[in-house]
Amino acid sequence: MTRVSSGPAYLNEGGLAQIEAALRDLRVAAPVTLLPDTLVAAGLADQYTSLHTLVGPVFVAWNGRGVSALTLAEDPAVFETRFRAEFARPISRGRAIPDQLGRAIQSRLAGDRHVKVPVDWRGRTSFEQAVWKKALEIPAGEVRPYSWIAREIGHPKAVRAVGTALARNPIPLVIPCHRVVRADGHIGEYGLGGPTNKRAILAAEGVDIGSLEQMAQSGMRYLGSDTTRIFCLPTCRHARRITLRHRVSFPSEMGAQAAGYRACKVCRPAVAA
Amino acid sequence: MDDQLPMLLGRDLDAAFERLVREHQARVFSIALRLTGNASDAEEVAQDVFMRAYRALGEYPPERIRELRLRPWLATIAVNLSRNRFRRHRPATTDLDDIARSRAGDLAAGDRDTPHHEVARRESTAHWQRLISALPDRYRVPLVLRYVDDLTFTEMSEVLGQPLGTLKAQVYRGLRLLRAAHDSTERKELSA
Repeated sequence: MTRVSSGPAYLNEGGLAQIEAALRDLRVAAPVTLLPDTLVAAGLADQYTSLHTLVGPVFVAWNGRGVSALTLAEDPAVFETRFRAEFARPISRGRAIPDQLGRAIQSRLAGDRHVKVPVDWRGRTSFEQAVWKKALEIPAGEVRPYSWIAREIGHPKAVRAVGTALARNPIPLVIPCHRVVRADGHIGEYGLGGPTNKRAILAAEGVDIGSLEQMAQSGMRYLGSDTTRIFCLPTCRHARRITLRHRVSFPSEMGAQAAGYRACKVCRPAVAA
Repeated sequence: MDDQLPMLLGRDLDAAFERLVREHQARVFSIALRLTGNASDAEEVAQDVFMRAYRALGEYPPERIRELRLRPWLATIAVNLSRNRFRRHRPATTDLDDIARSRAGDLAAGDRDTPHHEVARRESTAHWQRLISALPDRYRVPLVLRYVDDLTFTEMSEVLGQPLGTLKAQVYRGLRLLRAAHDSTERKELSA
């Protein structure tokens, strides 16, 4: 699209036209990376790479707005096809994940829930976002029931919807939906490789799943201390400090309260059904 | 090339943004390269230009986008960001390899198979880049906009907020300074 311009006559004096030509010759083509990198930065395209995790290699996708997807690494072509179908955006294999984002993801995978990982929330409902953000509050080594999330986000009856939202979590591990389990002690489903992987991740985080299941099967849901008269969810960091001698089990919140116990202010079991 | 683009951007920014980048990337990158003198700085500046444009367009009402004159608007952003970058990292010496690579589409510098005319072109590019980088801002920017980006004086006036007469004088003076610097270099080379 060169626009031909005839400069003023004076420019030809003293050979200035030669300088003009030399300057025009300084136009260059853009680097081939400029367009794809700009589209990724704007969030109009994504890049992905593989990361090693506890459950094996995963593909993690990101754009300028944050992490957009995380899934078990299988066939890259299949992943790209699925991604395009779900997000309606182009995706390509990235040269490398941006340093800051990569470090933040690794810290989150290592159990640091306080590290900020930017997430691309576009296309997600406010309910889904509330569920995922609440799941982020559960510390590594602890679990909460679906009903706990539902109550905490102000929709106590939407337990099934919480399960659906967690199943739709686009970035498992980064958003620790594996820390949400059924109130009856079953581990529940898991999108990143099923219950086996969920069990492995929780065990690696320090959750004693066997005891948890055993306790639930015996009908007990809460643990209290007869010294503090406080009751907790079983995996709460305070519940785990109760010595066997002082440990008391309760089948329900009402039962605990009737026995004169108050709810722990850290794990807030009173909101859990 | 701007005819339909503002209208398309006003209608669906996300759908038309790729076309905006595709159509303007070479000129935005060229402005940034010639004002910063460094290819990697220029690529960062160019990406930043488009990101700022994207964010701004996302906030403008459609009627304002439709009336945008994209060439001077993008040039304004490119000049401002390049000036900031140039002030922060004013190159002590121009990165000749950088410039040559971008000019020659990533041809490896020093490649034994590089044709003679390509080597000569790289040297010429580096020579003029050095001379431009040494010019004061008030001459460097108008020259780059006028000849590298091919803006009209009216568009330049829009970009730099200066009267046409002032810009014409700056361009003329800038050309004379370049001519003098070029002649001086040639004299030095001949006497060396």
